[in-house]
Amino acid sequence: MATAASTPAATSSVAWRHRHLIDVDVVTWPEIELIMRTTDEMKGVLARPIRRVPALNGRRVMTLFYEASTRTRVSFETAARNLSADVVSIATATSSVTKGESLVDTVRTLEALGAEILVMRHAVSGAPYLAAEVFGGHVLNGGDGWHAHPTQALLDLYTMREHLPGGNLRGRKVAIVGDVLHSRVARSNIWTLTAAGADLWLCGPATLLRGMDRWATAWGSGAIPGHGRFNVTTDIEAALRDADVVMGLRIQRERMQGGLLPSLREYAARFQLNAERVSLARPEAIVMHPGPMNEGVEIAPDVAASGRSVITDQVANGVAVRMALLYLLAGAHEAASGEIAR
Amino acid sequence: MTDRQIMTGDEIRRAIVRISHEIVEKQAGTQGLVLIGIQRRGVPLAKRIADAIEEHEGTRVPVGALDITFYRDDLSLVAQQPIVKGTDLPFDMNAATVVLVDDVLFTGRTIRCAMDALIDFGRPRAIRLAVLIDRGHRELPIRADHVGKNVPTSREEIVRVHVAEIDGSDEVSIGRLLRVPEAGGAAG
Repeated sequence: MATAASTPAATSSVAWRHRHLIDVDVVTWPEIELIMRTTDEMKGVLARPIRRVPALNGRRVMTLFYEASTRTRVSFETAARNLSADVVSIATATSSVTKGESLVDTVRTLEALGAEILVMRHAVSGAPYLAAEVFGGHVLNGGDGWHAHPTQALLDLYTMREHLPGGNLRGRKVAIVGDVLHSRVARSNIWTLTAAGADLWLCGPATLLRGMDRWATAWGSGAIPGHGRFNVTTDIEAALRDADVVMGLRIQRERMQGGLLPSLREYAARFQLNAERVSLARPEAIVMHPGPMNEGVEIAPDVAASGRSVITDQVANGVAVRMALLYLLAGAHEAASGEIAR
Repeated sequence: MTDRQIMTGDEIRRAIVRISHEIVEKQAGTQGLVLIGIQRRGVPLAKRIADAIEEHEGTRVPVGALDITFYRDDLSLVAQQPIVKGTDLPFDMNAATVVLVDDVLFTGRTIRCAMDALIDFGRPRAIRLAVLIDRGHRELPIRADHVGKNVPTSREEIVRVHVAEIDGSDEVSIGRLLRVPEAGGAAG
């Protein structure tokens, strides 16, 4: 596996072969490096006086969000417009849609209306796989249930590489703290960060880490070649000590069933990323959060606004990463037919 | 595939020196002049032209690099997105005379993309074009101001420009296109 910092000639000829991007689990490390390099170029576009290139001129991108979102949706729409695509946004009522015929019908309708790239967010894990089965174009997952949020993991990785010396995560300690159980951001980040060779720590109350132990053990025994083991702990100090990256996760009250947390106050008292706890990390450590933040719950306002915080960089990089992915996916129209669902 | 050499390293060097004189003559000096190489092989060629100008004029003309991938008009036709190689224009292009530099002028579509891209960066006073090889078969009303060598070709032929900075040696050769062109090498 190539290291994160270098872009050797061998990987520079890697071509994008995925028709859809539903999770990062099927993306190889050289492909991740291709995404990172393409993102570099897209950041260059964003620095120009005219932040728009005609790469996707006339291509039709539709966003279909069954769940509330501001940054992801606006980020995708901005990214698509920066590539000169035509963008249509479909606002969907949240509750009644579950995996089933209505999603399939909606996707078929959007295809009949000309959608070529479908950016979707859905409350049900796995919903984008169903959409990809019936959709003739490309599906880009903007977050599904607890399952995956691939563009967030990729923009997180990009932001970490930007701030770490040499752009290399190998051996760097990354602590992800908060509601891991409900977090598609954490799940997608596990794939990319273990592939990058980071020393990954997941931390939170035991009730919000359920199932992670088994995953970490499987990784440790080489379930996926090239992916490093990660650590799961309820000890916030152990997780944060000498960390290079500290990432807070939102406590997802809307997904919280009774009994997982005694109270938000107790959570904050024991796990909040406050100035004292974050001082356990390395002096040059960065603080991240995928947003939206519950300031005063999982992260203290002064930490979120401190000089270590790269939270606004994450948002800005999100546009560039999504431009890169839209660009790469749009070129994958000749991809092998055997890859329909992935 | 048997390639036939049409320019040696020495011939390339002389062509670059001549082009550098022509550029300065046309501009009546080096004031307001910038060179922009089109990725990939236009970039080392632009640097060499700037070196030659520096040698006989004693001033260094700014050199930039332009990647035109995002401006291509055939993105929906190619099987896979081309890999982007980077744009670096470390100067103000407004009111400058820009000389675009590329290795091979063929259909003219690359140059059209390059002009679209440049105009998004600013408003140059003029855009000129210098190429090492003009092989004909234009599909757009575009011509080069400075040409290293005119090479009559058939459409089935492929012109390969090798530059030491990328390919290890300097040479131009012509061969027959069997099936698919290589990713680099043959520029439009």
